[in-house]
Amino acid sequence: MKRLLSCIGLAGLIALTGCSTYQPPQPWEKGTLARPDMTMESDALDQRFVQHIYSSKENASGGYGVGGGGCGCN
Amino acid sequence: MSLTHTPFVRRSAAVIGLLSALCLNAHALERGQPAPDLKLAGLQGPVTLAAAKGKVVYLDFWASWCGPCKQSFPWMNEMQKKYGARGLQVIAVNLDAKRDDAEQFLKQNPANFTIGFDASGDSPRRFAVKGMPTSLLIGPDGQVIQQHSGFREDERSQLEAAIVDALNKASR
Repeated sequence: MKRLLSCIGLAGLIALTGCSTYQPPQPWEKGTLARPDMTMESDALDQRFVQHIYSSKENASGGYGVGGGGCGCN
Repeated sequence: MSLTHTPFVRRSAAVIGLLSALCLNAHALERGQPAPDLKLAGLQGPVTLAAAKGKVVYLDFWASWCGPCKQSFPWMNEMQKKYGARGLQVIAVNLDAKRDDAEQFLKQNPANFTIGFDASGDSPRRFAVKGMPTSLLIGPDGQVIQQHSGFREDERSQLEAAIVDALNKASR
């Protein structure tokens, strides 16, 4: 029983190392991440469409910087 | 037998100790610490800190994709021109993975100071670079005077003041 418990404990600890040994990219390794097309809003026109549809569908709440119309026609 | 002395607890403690050792990061270089050695390929022959011994060194780590680095180049040119005669040496280490990116950047942003190339990422690890760009001011005795991360408009005067201060101390 004791051996089983220690095995489970050890397995748990080894599973935890899976998180601790993960190294996020170093500051000088972010060249690819820094590319403009890696941003969430790389395409301005596409973002406008998304916001327009969002504000149209979510009547009362509106999109960013736009008041809610409520009629679904804006 | 108390709980704290069971082999299980002792073994667990050993494993936890090992794990925490894995998580340790390199600490930033403090003022007064000797700067690690630097030996890199440069545009004209090898780039070393030892070659600049006796000079105040402004050591900068940059990459072509980093916006503030681009802004810092005209400023570093200005500093080299203004204080070069008084014993300032600007050394800028490129950290691009691809050398071509660096060459392209240098074509657009000409540098009138020493350029080194480190694609391996070994030197920024040893100098504990935490952000891009990172600059170190190193005194003529090879000791770190200050480490600075980032390059903003309002930080220029402060960085220049630190350079002037180091030069004044060196000439005394």
